[in-house]
Amino acid sequence: MARLSGARYGRAAVWLAAGAYFLVPLACAVAFSVEDPRKGVDFEAYTGMFGADGFTGSLVLTVKVGAATVALVLVLLLPALITVRLTAPRLRTLVELVCLLPLVVPAMALVAGISAVLRWGPDHFAGTPLFDAFVGLQNPDFPGVLVLAYTLMALPLAYRTLDAGLAAIDLRVLVEAARACRASWPRTLVHVVLPNLRGALLNTAFLTLALVFGEYTVAAILGYQPFAVWIVVISGSQAQMSVAASMIGLLVTWVLLLVLAATGRARRTKETS
Amino acid sequence: MNVPRPERWLGVAPLLLFAVVVFGLPAAMMVFGAFTTPATAPGGVRLTAANLTASLHGPYLTALIGSVKLSAVSALIACAAGLPLAQVIVTSRFRALREAALAGAGVLANVAGVPLAFAFVATLGNAGVLTRHLDLLRHGWSLYGFWGLTLVYQYFLIPLMVLTLTPALEGLRRQWREAAHNNGANAFRYWVHVALPILAPSLLGGYVLLFGTAFSAYATAAAMVGSSVPLVTMQIADALSGNVLVGDGNIALALSVDMVLVAGLVMAVHLPLQRRSARWLG
Repeated sequence: MARLSGARYGRAAVWLAAGAYFLVPLACAVAFSVEDPRKGVDFEAYTGMFGADGFTGSLVLTVKVGAATVALVLVLLLPALITVRLTAPRLRTLVELVCLLPLVVPAMALVAGISAVLRWGPDHFAGTPLFDAFVGLQNPDFPGVLVLAYTLMALPLAYRTLDAGLAAIDLRVLVEAARACRASWPRTLVHVVLPNLRGALLNTAFLTLALVFGEYTVAAILGYQPFAVWIVVISGSQAQMSVAASMIGLLVTWVLLLVLAATGRARRTKETS
Repeated sequence: MNVPRPERWLGVAPLLLFAVVVFGLPAAMMVFGAFTTPATAPGGVRLTAANLTASLHGPYLTALIGSVKLSAVSALIACAAGLPLAQVIVTSRFRALREAALAGAGVLANVAGVPLAFAFVATLGNAGVLTRHLDLLRHGWSLYGFWGLTLVYQYFLIPLMVLTLTPALEGLRRQWREAAHNNGANAFRYWVHVALPILAPSLLGGYVLLFGTAFSAYATAAAMVGSSVPLVTMQIADALSGNVLVGDGNIALALSVDMVLVAGLVMAVHLPLQRRSARWLG
């Protein structure tokens, strides 16, 4: 029995070490953000954030770009993946390759290439409609270039999630049944295929949103100020608020995931029972 | 299914068009810029290998080596820490605990970047809570260096390793352990002769993936240490935002090509290994 309890102590030690490493920084960060040398505890950093310069703007920008990115990812991937499974299986390798290619281009290399394109484009297309397109892409109120970049960066994860979702349902049978009942193609897609993919769609949307919410590199280099960049910008003058904002950022992601996991599980159990 | 011919592949067209424009254009500009002189150069735009050569010399080489060193060491530590943690999670008797831990790993592996940097600055930075209470500065502690960055990187590398190893560990059959035990092997010999060889592809694939992740990371380091640790991502960022000499833009593109080569190598090793371990543990 001595060896067994030794193993148990080992397990406990691993849990403890991991718990300490992953939880202590969070606890310390919260403590840091509410610390006040005179009053002891003060939530100024949290309450003051909403009125702080640039907070609303950065949050709105993040949400707008995030929503557009999720939409674009789904609009590009869903038809492609369904087509590959139903009518064009030979294109499968090509689609997989295209979706995994972004893995070999780190965000920093991608943004270097993008800024080269943005510098080169306007010089060569002055006076043509493409020039306006380049300007429109960099509109500070809604930077389309960020949506394009984030969509590209989200492709590998989104591809895996959606493809796994499609593999789990019998797409061909579903579609043939719906078509045999004289459902049109859009109707088949909206009323038959998509409801069966709810879990995968939610996961894809969440992962994409999490990516957009935390992304810093591309936005910072291109000179935009979404939430993550805003945190860094204020860190110089308001250290406590930047830590408080970081904690809120983490919390939002956590809550989103937990809600998604919970609804996903509730639905599964309801469907199987 | 009676679908007219072009409609058979039409659904794939938007994705391919997107890839050609949004991926192809920047990639082409990157390669083009890396191998040509800038338009402002005396002789105009000419083919040259000077950018690439420059990206492998002087401060750029230092940054490249710094990135490789940081990534290699961080990934190694994360492997060593991630394996026991993943094993403890997978074999946990409490289902809720196991699921919570895996969900947590899923979040932490994705939440790197700025919030992480500031959480650690608040904990172990010069004014951090632990630094003050344990008086770490007097013991020569500094978060803003190589080892500080290594420590912070573990926060997303270890969960990533746990996620990578979980399927492999779940695939280890109880019967294998029992068979080894019946043949007289103790726990140590079981791990060395049975479990680790089966896990080897996953471990190696995971290490390479972690290396690649650490290698391309930028936000955490930028928010935390500024440029006190030389990293290739910092060099590119500096060159792009014009913090250094004009004309370095093309060297930034050459450095990006270096990064793509490293990331490509990482994926060339990682993806086949992932497939291999899937075959064994399917």
